Amino acid sequence: MAETIAFYTLSVLILGLAVLVVTAKNTVHSVVSLVMTFLCVAALYVVLEAEFLAVIQILVYAGGIVVLYLFVVMLVNVGRPPEEHRDPRRLSVLGLGLAGAMLLEVAGIVAYSYSRSTSSVTAPAGPSPVQGNTEELGWLLYTDYLIPFELASVLLLVAMVGAIVLARRDL
Amino acid sequence: MMEITPAHYTVLSAALFSIGVIGVLVRRNIIIIFMAIELMLNAVNINLVAHSQQVENLVGQAFVVFVIAVAAAEAAVGLGIILAFYRNKETVNIDEMNVMRW
Repeated sequence: MAETIAFYTLSVLILGLAVLVVTAKNTVHSVVSLVMTFLCVAALYVVLEAEFLAVIQILVYAGGIVVLYLFVVMLVNVGRPPEEHRDPRRLSVLGLGLAGAMLLEVAGIVAYSYSRSTSSVTAPAGPSPVQGNTEELGWLLYTDYLIPFELASVLLLVAMVGAIVLARRDL
Repeated sequence: MMEITPAHYTVLSAALFSIGVIGVLVRRNIIIIFMAIELMLNAVNINLVAHSQQVENLVGQAFVVFVIAVAAAEAAVGLGIILAFYRNKETVNIDEMNVMRW
């Protein structure tokens, strides 16, 4: 019962704020809506008993990525809003139509996959020697997924170097 | 009230993903397009976490950690490119971003 109420409340918030992100005229309003969306998704993770991911979501998304966006929005101080520029070759209606087709396609996939959901996939969860969400996730990351985990850190290092090079003054 | 099944989460995820697709295809401000991409990544994450909880296997959540890492890298490099482009062309409109070199 509590999960039902939480799910519907958070769903309405997430979808409404996501629509605001996409439709807002002012980019700063868009960023603020984005923060709220991320916080609601973090709350949804708590409902799903993924506490570690909820904390990561708040720290990395709401704390890190969105601050990055805010900095860029403040630095890129456009006197002329990009939406005023009209390109006669641009086909926004076609884009909207394609997005609608995409929604129908995804809905079709969802309906199809749940119409024949007799064989529920029960992946064998290996016996974990630890208890608790964070401990189990950490165990998984440092045993079975150690190499992808280290590669992710290399990826972040490369991205950091690349971002610094790109943001240099003389580029 | 009926119980919340993974199907509910899938529908929420599909709706959020479609909103992101609309943002990418319709808006012209490249910063907003980037934010729409983040929305799509979040939709995928919701799906992964919901099904990971259903099958009681944490592999889905481990994957979400990697998705978040890639999203952070993408945001850093992408915003760097936007800044470099803005310094040269004074625009964030994707319709005017039609050069491969300058």
